[in-house]
Amino acid sequence: MSDREKTHDAKSDEPPMEAARYPDGSILYPAHPLGPDGQEPIEMVDLSEYRATVVTWTTSTATPSGVREPNHLAIVEFTVDGESVRAIGQLTTDEVAIGDAVEPVYAPELRDPDAGIREPDSQSWDGYRFRPVK
Amino acid sequence: MDRVAIVGASMTQFGQREGWIRELLAEAGRDCLATAGIDGDDLEHLYVSNMASGEFEGQTGVANAVAHDLDALPAYTARIDQTSSSGGAGVHSAWQSVASGASDLTLLIGGEKMTHRSTAEATDVIASLTHPAEYKHGVTLPSFAGLTARRYLHEYDAPRESLAKVAVKNHKNGVDNPHAQFQKEVDLDTVMESPIVADPLRLYDFCPITDGSAALLMCPESVASEYADEYAVISGIGGATDTHVVHERADPTVMGGVVDSSTIAYEQAGLGPNDIDVAELHDMFTILEFLQSEGLGFFEQGEGWKAVEEGVTDRDGELPINTSGGLKSKGHPLGASGVAQVYEIYKQLTGTAGPRQVDAETGLACNVGGFGNCVITTIMEAGQ
Repeated sequence: MSDREKTHDAKSDEPPMEAARYPDGSILYPAHPLGPDGQEPIEMVDLSEYRATVVTWTTSTATPSGVREPNHLAIVEFTVDGESVRAIGQLTTDEVAIGDAVEPVYAPELRDPDAGIREPDSQSWDGYRFRPVK
Repeated sequence: MDRVAIVGASMTQFGQREGWIRELLAEAGRDCLATAGIDGDDLEHLYVSNMASGEFEGQTGVANAVAHDLDALPAYTARIDQTSSSGGAGVHSAWQSVASGASDLTLLIGGEKMTHRSTAEATDVIASLTHPAEYKHGVTLPSFAGLTARRYLHEYDAPRESLAKVAVKNHKNGVDNPHAQFQKEVDLDTVMESPIVADPLRLYDFCPITDGSAALLMCPESVASEYADEYAVISGIGGATDTHVVHERADPTVMGGVVDSSTIAYEQAGLGPNDIDVAELHDMFTILEFLQSEGLGFFEQGEGWKAVEEGVTDRDGELPINTSGGLKSKGHPLGASGVAQVYEIYKQLTGTAGPRQVDAETGLACNVGGFGNCVITTIMEAGQ
């Protein structure tokens, strides 16, 4: 997968795409209370500042209530300071292939919080989609 | 150590059923007790495998309810939820209860009532097992399958048709299973031309939404002959857990829970992949049959698709997989599936599988929860 440098500064009014760095050097997205080495994070990393590479993608046509249909999804891989970190998220388009470069694009609401089974107040509903880089 | 014997087994009709969860569970329980000629009040432990009766039907407390309905009071009872592997987890709990000496006669019933819900509602109930970072993007279990299938085809240069051939094979097997939801063959063109559900996977790459139940009766092998002339023993069983967040796994085409759970089961049984004569795998999606058959060591990594292409896993092949029709044809009532997998291996090992019968002395069932998040592997042998 690609090893890309920081591409741009995140917009100040958008929340970070927060991954956690752990004492063993690993970075996980989303952040977990404990890392692979069983220790707490030492700092947060904003992935929205980086480009990623598409590991795989799909277009889902049987989506639950409150989710856009079709729903383009991808697993992507960032490289931050030589460390790989993967993320999953919606794609802005299905015009994409394995190996393509993408960049995170903020979306204030990824699905309708009131339409699904999960309690709306139990989690956040904003986040980052991935857009192919021309 | 006294091994754990399965001395009775039952499976109800899978499909769209009129009964609700309590009725489905009681039906399988009564049928299973009848196979061994015992009553509910003979039971010492009673486990119920069920993922989401509260979410699907608004009925919680199903273990207590079915214990009463079967006149099993005051047997110890508990509901086992491990999402799609609730059935396998129930097998593990029932096995533990007997192996530990805590119970000399344990009934396990697995069941789910789902078809009264729309596809969108059922999909959301199941998707609610995902991490918030996945759920907010609308990630579902079928979409995990699409993501993994595309990577698998890319990584191993496998033809798309190889996935379709899993569906063709398992539907063919299901024709001879009177309890299967679909007792109907499908051809390659039908699978390949069916609507896209999660690209590159199509409708016939997915199991249906199903109502149904199944049950197993377990006791120490030393007293098995008191209940049955023919029985099977659990010679190895292992459970393992993988990451909650699926994309964190090092290789998207490897199910670590399958590898880890089967390592435990093989070691306990003193057997290896080459010793297995027949297997029931969790083909909720066609791609899962490849991932499991490789993770279990039946085939090398990235070679599972070739075995399907070459007919190795056909009913008359070297290693028959999913003689029951699998989840694909038989149906997938979540909490029942892992129990029904063991039911099929029990039927094969006791020589009572009818037209589905293959020559087998050892069998394996692999039940997958989430997208490999939790896995139970059970190895069984014919009783002596």
